[in-house]
Amino acid sequence: MIKIKDVTKRYGEFLAVDELSFNVEPGEVLGFLGPNGAGKSTTMKMIAGFLAPSSGSISVCGFDIENEPMRAKQSIGYLPEGAPAYGEMTPNRFLQFIADVRGLSGDYRKQRLGAVVEQLGLKKVLEQPIETLSKGFKRRVGIAQAIVHDPKVLILDEPTDGLDPNQKHEVRNLISSMAKDKLIVVSTHILEEVHAVCTRAMVISNGKLLADETPDQFEARSRYFGAVSLRADAGEVDKVVAALESVQGVQSVERAKDGSVIALPKSGAALFDGISALLREQELNVRDLSVLRGRLDEVFRSITEQGARS
Amino acid sequence: MSAVMPNTIKISPLKTLINREFSSYFATPVAYVFLVIFLVLSGFTTFWLGNWFEANQPSLTTFFQYHPWLYLVLMPAIAMRTWAEERNSGTIELLLTLPIELKHAVFAKFFAAWAFAGVALLLTMPMWVLVNYLGEPDNGVVFASYVGSWFMAGAFLAIGTCMSAATRSQVIAFVMTVVIGLLFMMFGFINLTGGTGWWVELIANLGFITHFNAIAKGVFDVRDLLYFLSVMAVFIYATMVIIEMKKAD
Repeated sequence: MIKIKDVTKRYGEFLAVDELSFNVEPGEVLGFLGPNGAGKSTTMKMIAGFLAPSSGSISVCGFDIENEPMRAKQSIGYLPEGAPAYGEMTPNRFLQFIADVRGLSGDYRKQRLGAVVEQLGLKKVLEQPIETLSKGFKRRVGIAQAIVHDPKVLILDEPTDGLDPNQKHEVRNLISSMAKDKLIVVSTHILEEVHAVCTRAMVISNGKLLADETPDQFEARSRYFGAVSLRADAGEVDKVVAALESVQGVQSVERAKDGSVIALPKSGAALFDGISALLREQELNVRDLSVLRGRLDEVFRSITEQGARS
Repeated sequence: MSAVMPNTIKISPLKTLINREFSSYFATPVAYVFLVIFLVLSGFTTFWLGNWFEANQPSLTTFFQYHPWLYLVLMPAIAMRTWAEERNSGTIELLLTLPIELKHAVFAKFFAAWAFAGVALLLTMPMWVLVNYLGEPDNGVVFASYVGSWFMAGAFLAIGTCMSAATRSQVIAFVMTVVIGLLFMMFGFINLTGGTGWWVELIANLGFITHFNAIAKGVFDVRDLLYFLSVMAVFIYATMVIIEMKKAD
């Protein structure tokens, strides 16, 4: 597990991370969200043992990263931002190098190398210099080196950044498949990722922790959470809006640009049954009737902007 | 090397690191280009600038006397990429989050560069064969000169890796190394100013040429090798300090 206590990081005058404290337990996939420059990467660099905190303490699997860095680092796999690797090496040589430095040997070394090559589909490119590989393959090589020693703790800094949608999907599947027996921290600014892979979402902005909850709770902060969206014929829109406003639990009704109408709920209210009953009763013709999920980008914006103001 | 190699070092990661660094020199054509340039230049300085054949002496003094000047330009070229490239490509973050100690990484890079310089030096062996074919040189002096030359190369490389750690630009690392290397060369010429006194002696003793010439003349004094080893130790230590300081950049 990871224990972070009162961690602060300053670069000269600039405060990158401000009194951050949290724990992460095995089995959790923690999504680290925040605008660029929020302190996500700095925090991950500190957990991975690259940067030392200005104050506070970090322990990984019971080992203090500053006092027992070797033992802490042994239990961590780390993918730095941009998946850097030695470009002149082939994935094969590179992974062997990492395995050797990490002290893997004999059959176990062979088995692990085979497993990560298989898991990340690197067979085709095993003997090509890394600098000649596509972005997707470079990222896979980076993830492969992070998991070659089967670490208990996995720190991935923007693992899907710059990948195409298929590659993103693959990487997310991979993360989910590793999730049960590991503790994973993933940073991202792609919000769909939170639902796709995380069990816990954490928003950080200006080095401060602004939210720490499950993806569902996070989503429920959206004013669109549980809202009902529908389309009506052009002539009936006004009637429909009036009808919706009369339903119990409706906070307000919005007309979206695309012609659809959205009924926003009062906090915690369920609207769908009430609305569909009323529409039937008044014999109003509507299409595309659906319940909305929260809009993560909206929640994200409101949290980080509040954070910036305070 | 005992000065920079504490007894806590585990051999295996260090060996792995050195292997990777050393083979990285040969992964691109740059190494071969470098070796050819080194051999051509050392031939050029010996035979053309040094008029080795006309001198008609069965020794390699002419060959070795140009080494400080060759190294002044060529060693910075070997050392410039060591840390600057790690920093520029971001692999420094990968390297230093592996379960190794900083001193292992720093020492491995230095030692791989030094070994590469050793390979370049070994490839000049035909000179030794030639001089033995043509005459009867003092092979003890030749051997001492080779050792001295390699140690001097190490001193240049330690300065070079240190400068490389201070910047992400290989060009800046190169220029800084040449400047500092030149400074160490100039120390040896202070006697030419005609000054006297303990401080002239001291500065002269800090110069590369003073110590290298002593070895190359066949006056084999362990203190001359110790001098080069101390320069290496100081700059390797400085490399560690600089990397620790500039990690966040």
